[in-house]
Amino acid sequence: MSITIQGLRKQFGAFVALDGIDLSIPPGQLVALLGPSGCGKTTLLRIIAGLESADQGQVLFNGQDATRRHVRERGVGFVFQHYALFQHMSVFENIAFGLRVRPRATRPPEAVIRAKVAALLELVQMGWLADRYPSQLSGGQRQRIALARALAVEPQVLLLDEPFGALDTKVRKELRRWLRRLHDELHITSVFVTHDQEEALEVADQIVVMNQGRIEQIGSPQQVYDAPATPFVYQFLGNINLFHSRVHAGWAKVGGLQVRVPEYNDTKSASAMVYVRPHDIDLLREPEDASTTLAATISRVSQLGSLVRLELVQTAGGDIAEVEMTRERYAADPLQIGDLVFVKPRQARVFLQNSDTSTTPPLQWGGDGDGI
Amino acid sequence: MSQATRVTPQASAEPVWVRRTLLTVALLFLTLFLFIPLLAVFYEALRKGLGVYLAAVIDPYALAAIRLTLLSAAIAVPLNLLFGVAAAWAIAKFEFHGKSVLITLIDLPFAVSPVIAGLLYVLLFGAHGWLGPWLGAHDLQIIFAVPGIVLATVFVTVPFVARELIPLLQAQGSEEEEAALVLGASGWLTFWRITLPNMQWGLLYGVVLCTARAMGEFGAVSVVSGHIRGLTNTLPLHVEILYNEYQFAAAFACASLLTLLALVMLALKVAIERRAVRQRQAALAVEAP
Repeated sequence: MSITIQGLRKQFGAFVALDGIDLSIPPGQLVALLGPSGCGKTTLLRIIAGLESADQGQVLFNGQDATRRHVRERGVGFVFQHYALFQHMSVFENIAFGLRVRPRATRPPEAVIRAKVAALLELVQMGWLADRYPSQLSGGQRQRIALARALAVEPQVLLLDEPFGALDTKVRKELRRWLRRLHDELHITSVFVTHDQEEALEVADQIVVMNQGRIEQIGSPQQVYDAPATPFVYQFLGNINLFHSRVHAGWAKVGGLQVRVPEYNDTKSASAMVYVRPHDIDLLREPEDASTTLAATISRVSQLGSLVRLELVQTAGGDIAEVEMTRERYAADPLQIGDLVFVKPRQARVFLQNSDTSTTPPLQWGGDGDGI
Repeated sequence: MSQATRVTPQASAEPVWVRRTLLTVALLFLTLFLFIPLLAVFYEALRKGLGVYLAAVIDPYALAAIRLTLLSAAIAVPLNLLFGVAAAWAIAKFEFHGKSVLITLIDLPFAVSPVIAGLLYVLLFGAHGWLGPWLGAHDLQIIFAVPGIVLATVFVTVPFVARELIPLLQAQGSEEEEAALVLGASGWLTFWRITLPNMQWGLLYGVVLCTARAMGEFGAVSVVSGHIRGLTNTLPLHVEILYNEYQFAAAFACASLLTLLALVMLALKVAIERRAVRQRQAALAVEAP
């Protein structure tokens, strides 16, 4: 089932939770609503579910207006961050609940309910836990049961609110891969809310990046990571280095470093920010050219598993920058604290300050000639 | 003083003498104001022998008082239960204007002296009260009759169930109810199958407290009762009358009945608390990874 959202607005007192949301989710997709806490992503999910009502705008399921439809008639499955399992019911009864509360006319016979619950327990690989109570399960097990319970009513849409938020890192990773596989099997249109960019990038078909009640960008994981539409998306997805610069007539200047920005050919002396990912930086021992590198000193070296992170202090100005490289690359030239290096960004992105409408593609930059 | 020099196992513990002093003070206080009076009630009741005790208890007036006490509790407690559940449910699960006013109103009977409460009903329903003439014209008697006693009892017990349930329901949040609604359950079914089972221990606890208070209430009931023997005397009022007539043994015999009722309620309360704590611990035990 497809979901269409048109002009959605929601206010809690003076706080604007959603400020004009337009979104279209094609059937069968797994979509992530990604954003910092308070960006309105959970409110949006709850409005789709019918647990919250919008002040303005519409929610359409398969093109049909569902805005006024009651939550129990929407045919959605909802998975809560803290599971919301019924504490006083066994796992079996939790999953069977959605079938048992149906009106007598449409309620399946007991044998059918039993078979269905058994099949769902099988699906979430928890058949042996049917008689346990939620308090006797681990967090990961509870969330699987919550998912099985949501699936029992054969929802057209599956909505998950920070489904792995309360779990520890290892279980979270395991469970999100499992969710992806499950989705590939069932193909239910699914929307999940997360503040964890890694989770969104790994699991989702489409990512909707939200901030302050608005959508910043919609795109595939690759699109939002490689071509962030706004400074916010750039900052939110992955680490970044920020350099203050001035843009004048198609050139951005950071200290001595110059970056060609053809899209700002007509800009006169505006202040701007240059965004560079820590893994998009080369460190040279010798200055290549005064206008393609920045001098800096290594101030810290940390080993982070497969990566090495270096912290640099720029010689001019004293700003701090971070560089990440693989262990192998670091081993080839093990830089030490206090070493003088020359920073050469391979790829950077320039946003004028107070501008959030830039849609230019990321600029290639380096020795291949089209940059500087 | 060999005890005092012993090394305390916990660094955070108070010195031994502080703990001992506090404990002694607390025990002395309890002995003086609770245990001795409690024993005295039973001692005085049985002092003149079991025969006098039984005679006092099966005295027709005493039996009538017991009946009236149980009757007013039997009416007040279910009413309170209904009101308490409804109010707690509304306050904990919904946002609405005037919520804080409602919470304050529920607490009112705690703040107002029971005598004042009784007096209010007299002013409202008494022969010279606002509604008195109308009630008189329709041959309805509330003050100095059973309805007045029930009303007064209901008034003083209003906060018990609601007060017990509001924090419980607020702590539980509405997620389980929301889950039930999404799964297609109606509001009614959600209440019976999810909300009620989740609050059963708090509810029982509130009912026990409410029952104890309903049976023991004196002030409010005293004002509206009129002290008509065999008709509008509850057990606490009966005790007072006997006492004023210097029938000490009989007064203490009836008082011991009330005390027993209170002890039974206390025992119930402890049992319920234990159940509730154990359930909560079971729920929390697996919470930690």
